[in-house]
Amino acid sequence: MSFNFTVSPSFPNERISDWYIFNTWLQRSLSLPIHLELYDNFGAQRAAIAAGKVDMIHANPFDASLLVREKGFRAIARPEGPPDEMVVVTAADSPAQGIPDLTPGTRLACTDDPCVNTVGRILLEPANLDTGNTVEHRRDTYIQVAKEILRGEADIGFLPVVAFKSLSSLVRRDLRVLVTSDAQVIQHVFLVGPALHERGDDIARLLLAMHETSKGIAMLEALGATSWQPVQQEDVEFMIDIISTLTQ
Amino acid sequence: MQDMDRAHIAGDAAEHVLTYADGTSRRVYVTSIETPYPHGKLIVSRTNTAGIITQCNQSFVDMSGYAMDELIGQPHSILRHPAMPAAAFRDLWDTVQAGRQWHGYVKNLRKDGGHYWVYAAVVPNIRDGNIAGYTSVRREPSRVNIEASEARYAEMNRP
Ligand SMILES: Cc1cc2nc3c(=O)[nH]c(=O)nc-3n(C[C@H](O)[C@H](O)[C@H](O)COP(=O)(O)O)c2cc1C
Repeated sequence: MSFNFTVSPSFPNERISDWYIFNTWLQRSLSLPIHLELYDNFGAQRAAIAAGKVDMIHANPFDASLLVREKGFRAIARPEGPPDEMVVVTAADSPAQGIPDLTPGTRLACTDDPCVNTVGRILLEPANLDTGNTVEHRRDTYIQVAKEILRGEADIGFLPVVAFKSLSSLVRRDLRVLVTSDAQVIQHVFLVGPALHERGDDIARLLLAMHETSKGIAMLEALGATSWQPVQQEDVEFMIDIISTLTQ
Repeated sequence: MQDMDRAHIAGDAAEHVLTYADGTSRRVYVTSIETPYPHGKLIVSRTNTAGIITQCNQSFVDMSGYAMDELIGQPHSILRHPAMPAAAFRDLWDTVQAGRQWHGYVKNLRKDGGHYWVYAAVVPNIRDGNIAGYTSVRREPSRVNIEASEARYAEMNRP
């Protein structure tokens, strides 16, 4: 029997092979059979979680709430690197100079990332915009979100900062950032489920020492991080409390 | 709590004596200067079950005008503005002590006598089934909602 590992679908597509390399390293180092299953979208990943098909996960902060509070997952580590922030963008030639300039009827392009969408929605509150007076266009990828704005089909878009920075300079030139989030404590976390609790300490030790070898550093870099940092269960509980205020 | 220090106040100020829920009082100075909410940020603080500040983020420190070590260990009411009706905070405490989340618009008093408006949430930190403390997360309110709250609180404060 092998254990199932998955990664929050919020990472850029170019990193798919890097997560497979990470998984191979994890399996070898732990002498554990681990199967990496990547889901295209949050809905598919949530269905897998609900069906008990996930034993280990690099989780989106919003999914961490459910996993820790309801599914008995334990926090092992968090990646150190650029924080998980997001931007609200508009077309470079849009008349809006800031969020308060946006008006009811604003067309918004986004993906199904629950974290980016929740924080994005909060950043629209100063303009009194909510789901009732905006038109939301759900797209599969961040490139599509950017293109909708460039084609004039959406007025604004929600993008993680990393996704925005990975857009080509040609695309980015025609976009303008209205606001960047600075939520700080809301981060991805590496969690292990009940089936792997016994190996939790081994996995934590392995991850926390990853940046001590050049091979480990290279793998981390490919995943967009510099190291794994320890997290206490209370750190994650605190994050979950914060997130709970954002979803009501 | 100590009275506010007139020396820290920027410009013309009105003097008020606040009486807190526990019967103690504090002299504060209030100017009309508003510090705009820092776009995109969340202002976060935590208290113990008695409302004493135990932890806060840099945005909280920056907006309050105090230094971090002037805040930690102080009652959260160090930020109470005289324009805020006592009933709003009674409702806050009743709600969170019952284990539920409270949301509301709050005008906060800065060390320099100025103020800033937030849309605040307070959530009980439930650990092993008990309330271990409280966390507050604030975000930017719209101008329309600030004005509506200002009018509502003025009405509530009318004797
Ligand atoms: C987590 C938490 C955060 C709070 N934040 C504020 C705040 O930002 N400003 C404020 O005036 N009161 C805040 N309060 C309420 C104060 O504890 C206090 O009730 C209020 O300032 C009125 O003072 P009093 O209850 O002593 O009369 C907070 C309470 C809690 C539990």
